[in-house]
Amino acid sequence: MSAARAHFGLLGLALLVRRSLRQHLVSTTITAAAIGLGCGLVMAVFVIQQQAERAFTGDSVGFDAVLGARGSKLQLVLSSVFHVEQSPGNVGWDTYQQVARHPGVELAIPYALGDNYAGFRIIGTVHEQFTAYRDGNGAPLQFAEGAVFDPRKGEAVLGSFVAARTGLKIGDSFHAFHGLNYDQGQQHADEFRVVGILAATNTPIDRVIWVPLQCVFHMEGHVLRGAGTVFDPHAAAGAETPDTDDHAEDHADAHAGHRHADDDEHGHDHDPREDAAGETAFGIPVEHLEFSAVMVKLRGPQAGFEFDEIINRRGKTATFAWPISTITTEFFQKLGWMTSVLRQIAYLVVLIAAATILASIYNTINERRRQFAILRALGARRMTVFSAVIAECKTIAALGAIVGWGVYLLIVTVAGGVLRREVGIVLDPLAYHPVLWLAPLGVIALGGLVGIIPAWKAYSTDVATNLIPRT
Amino acid sequence: MVLQVTDLCRSYRGPDGRPHPVVDIPAFSLDSGQHIALAGHSGSGKTTFLHLLAGILRADSGSIVLAGTELVGASEATRDRVRATHLGYVFQTFNLLQGFSVLENLELAMRFGIGWDPERARELLDAVGLADRIQHSPAQLSVGQQQRVAVARALVNQPELVLADEPTGNLDPERSTEALDLMRRLCRDRGAALLLVSHDQQVLASFEQRLALADINRAGAAS
Repeated sequence: MSAARAHFGLLGLALLVRRSLRQHLVSTTITAAAIGLGCGLVMAVFVIQQQAERAFTGDSVGFDAVLGARGSKLQLVLSSVFHVEQSPGNVGWDTYQQVARHPGVELAIPYALGDNYAGFRIIGTVHEQFTAYRDGNGAPLQFAEGAVFDPRKGEAVLGSFVAARTGLKIGDSFHAFHGLNYDQGQQHADEFRVVGILAATNTPIDRVIWVPLQCVFHMEGHVLRGAGTVFDPHAAAGAETPDTDDHAEDHADAHAGHRHADDDEHGHDHDPREDAAGETAFGIPVEHLEFSAVMVKLRGPQAGFEFDEIINRRGKTATFAWPISTITTEFFQKLGWMTSVLRQIAYLVVLIAAATILASIYNTINERRRQFAILRALGARRMTVFSAVIAECKTIAALGAIVGWGVYLLIVTVAGGVLRREVGIVLDPLAYHPVLWLAPLGVIALGGLVGIIPAWKAYSTDVATNLIPRT
Repeated sequence: MVLQVTDLCRSYRGPDGRPHPVVDIPAFSLDSGQHIALAGHSGSGKTTFLHLLAGILRADSGSIVLAGTELVGASEATRDRVRATHLGYVFQTFNLLQGFSVLENLELAMRFGIGWDPERARELLDAVGLADRIQHSPAQLSVGQQQRVAVARALVNQPELVLADEPTGNLDPERSTEALDLMRRLCRDRGAALLLVSHDQQVLASFEQRLALADINRAGAAS
């Protein structure tokens, strides 16, 4: 007989729970939705925080340091690596040469920022970005279509996200717009033709338009101030068209006050460090040259310590942001309070949802006292009705957890879209994180915990008194 | 013998704080398969007596041996077990579980008792004429049909004893006779003893063996 009674077990409880949930469908739905919101929020906060931090602080960048104008290291890293900030200014040729020629430097790639197309940044750079650069996993940039630009021509290579968003294809042409934000009134006369589209990297690189460095220098309206005076490469070159070569420039006008940098004078795929011996580079007298940033790959940390001492501590004109991962980690540590607040809010929502379970079940217990008395009269033990209420609370919480996964997917998808659009970082909602099972288990446990109070009330139901219908 | 009651006492504490005896029965017994109608007016302690026999209420003193198990002094778990497996109870208000279907009402009783056997439940519902109503909820049934569900549920665990507390109190005379006949027939077919309490003279008259609760309950006689 004990086996028969044990047989009541899960199936019997399931029947009791199922019917009760059906009888209280509205409150069950609302409570499960509230639990789902809290659970989904908790999961999303943890996952977004982890993935965003990993994307910003991980070693996928492929560079160890950024050389730039004197100013904030974080701003320099954000503008040149993640393309989300204004450049703090420019760094001159001499400083660039000091770093690029150092034996401890494996790679030094100059960037010139300051223009955009449809809101996507146009970065002037050199061939090494495509030939010598390797990401944190040792992989070079891959082309989905086409090939790298000819440094002497007005050609462009698009990041995958840019190509997808703008619809630009190989052979299409577009005008550059001055500034980092799209403004129709800031269109340059210069045109670029798309010759390559990069494969997706799921990094900020996907949001960049790469063009030859000297094309940026020679763009109409750009001036250089590397020598402390305004130099107009466009005028100096006799106002040649940008698709020939030797069009360098920076923006001398009132816009943003940004200045551009340069690359090799011949537009070929050679090491710009070798140009130091000449009077010009990128067709521009070297004293006028300046770069928004120089991306640096070191052979070892010793060079990093040396540059930190020479450039950051003793120097006054440039900043050597090294190591990149430490700088972004410090940034996230500063943002730690915000993550903490978000987590506290999510926990609070879960607690409120748990209180909703307690309130909704507790309120039904009074109207269900007769049902419990009947069950007891049929032979149910006190622990059976206790367990039924606990199981009901856990079931509501479990339904909430399922809703929570949906809420989580929604939040991460939406947030992922925003991050992808704004900084090029891709969130993977299906990537493993322990919170994805800990949070659902936690809310189910919490549901069982808050269920103890109404379960005790059910447990304490007096059978004889409650068998009589209340009128 | 399925039921043996000896010196059974139960009191309630009144507003004055003093105990007021409600049940005081020196001796009462039922043989297997025996059907007895117990006559008792309202307030005579008949429901309290049945609750004591079912182990729902705990006696102050005395002895109740049901199907070989002593209930007085037994743990609540023991009384629950005896109630689930050896006893059927038909209430005046039927006490069907609202929100559960007819079949589920029997299913729950069986899960507490001998274990879920859908064939047996269907057979019993067929016997009470509700084979085509098994998925209905109690609220969708007539009063007479609800009473038949209550009878089927009381018998579904093959109990040795069925207690019936004013089982026809909510039925009209014609349906009352039908319900009584059905209950007695099913009990007889299954060898269950039946103890029915009622104040309805027509119901009482239909039983060969009748007792007045006042005759066996000294507390009731005193009141």
